Amino acid sequence: MKKRVPLLITFITGFIIIVSFFVPHRPFGQLETETLIWYAIIFAFTLVIGVDSLVRLHIKHIRKRKKGWWYSIVFFAGFFYCLTIGIISLIQTPNIFQPGTVFFYGYETILIPLQATMFALLAFFVASASYRAFRARNIEATLLLIAAVIVMIGRVPAGYKLWPRLPVIANWIFDVLQIGAMRGILIGVALGAVAMSLRLILGIERTYLS
Amino acid sequence: MNRGKKDFSDWITTINREIIYTILGLVVIIPILLGIKEKVQISPAVKSAYESIESLDSTDVILISIDYDPASMPELQPMLKAILRHAFGKEIKVIMMVFWPLGLPIGTEGLEEVAGEFGKVYGEDYINLGYRPGDRAVMIDMGREIRNFFRTDVNNVLLDTYPMMRDIHNYNDIALIVGLEAGRWGEYWIQYVGSRYKQRIILGVTGVMAAETYPYLHSGQIEGLIGGLKGAAEYETLIGRPGFGLTGMAAQSWAHIAIIVFIIIGNIGYFMTRRKERRFRIEGRKE
Repeated sequence: MKKRVPLLITFITGFIIIVSFFVPHRPFGQLETETLIWYAIIFAFTLVIGVDSLVRLHIKHIRKRKKGWWYSIVFFAGFFYCLTIGIISLIQTPNIFQPGTVFFYGYETILIPLQATMFALLAFFVASASYRAFRARNIEATLLLIAAVIVMIGRVPAGYKLWPRLPVIANWIFDVLQIGAMRGILIGVALGAVAMSLRLILGIERTYLS
Repeated sequence: MNRGKKDFSDWITTINREIIYTILGLVVIIPILLGIKEKVQISPAVKSAYESIESLDSTDVILISIDYDPASMPELQPMLKAILRHAFGKEIKVIMMVFWPLGLPIGTEGLEEVAGEFGKVYGEDYINLGYRPGDRAVMIDMGREIRNFFRTDVNNVLLDTYPMMRDIHNYNDIALIVGLEAGRWGEYWIQYVGSRYKQRIILGVTGVMAAETYPYLHSGQIEGLIGGLKGAAEYETLIGRPGFGLTGMAAQSWAHIAIIVFIIIGNIGYFMTRRKERRFRIEGRKE
């Protein structure tokens, strides 16, 4: 029973979605709408489960005094701060992201700079890593290096100033050379997704039940 | 030959990371502070995205999906503003929605700023639907009725109270979807909306995602592709409204040159060290 019910739900849901793609009329179209609304509701609950597991994890870190446990205190400070200003803003207006709310202030003055800083650091790491690791050790690495340098310089205005043909070559690498490999990867991924979906719908793949 | 003595090849291969960080920081900050704007060459991918919006008129509605957060804001926010300026300039109506919750405030900010510039009225010329969980489910079912998932807008007001939304029910009433993407939602738009409802789509993606999005442009599944800050700068050039995209390009241009110089220095050092080691080996054998 424990296994049959989830397998049956998976089969019926998958069946409805596939059939309604080809027959969007009643009753399949209606059933698909209901299924999709249920999907969105369950999706929203997964956010709650995510918060729950994150809170549990950090409580465990603090209790067991794991390495870097004080980062968990920072997490709780941020968590309760967001929760508090979120509730206050929700009392103020239905849209807590509206400019002028307490939540928006926190978002604008804390979250945006933090996320921007995290992402900006990437440029520095890329520069340092390129200097240390991007070496022409063999023919393959040399080809990769040459292609990367042409694309990097060809896709910025300096490349055009240096030699007007550089952007054309960079676009050719992008449009022709890389696209073949990327297309192969995408086709492989799509075929894999179809195979996995069929395995799930037909109950062959059952690892999600454990 | 003295192996213990440091020479040029040792120096060139052991440049401190602090020096690299400082140089990179300077080449990024200085052009932005000076407000230098670089001319960019228009790529066919951005040109076709521009032409997709250019082909619309005042009776058309576009749907802009904000699928990014502040981390990708420097690349995607200039795109949003440039596209909005283009659309509002042509009197095209705009619907905005969000699949990335933290993208809602920046999307709203961009929309309100540009709508203000053009004197557009909320509910008549543009509307903000806000965020809904369930991405693919929302995308698919919006093909039947937008109200199945968005009964209200971002301010919790019923959609039917807005004059603009009275005749808009599904993708048949939307001329073009513009996805601004820092995640997988761009592919979802193509796979679940483009293929199923034959909906016209253009995508704006971060620089690192451009490579994997190109196959969709070549296969005709999307009409145009705006890739990274360069794409934003190209779009700003096309509409004749220079913004942060063009300013950012100067910084990016110099940053790329700096990185290439670092790569060249690193490789010179690598070959010099290799030659030195080979010489040591030969001398060792002779001894």
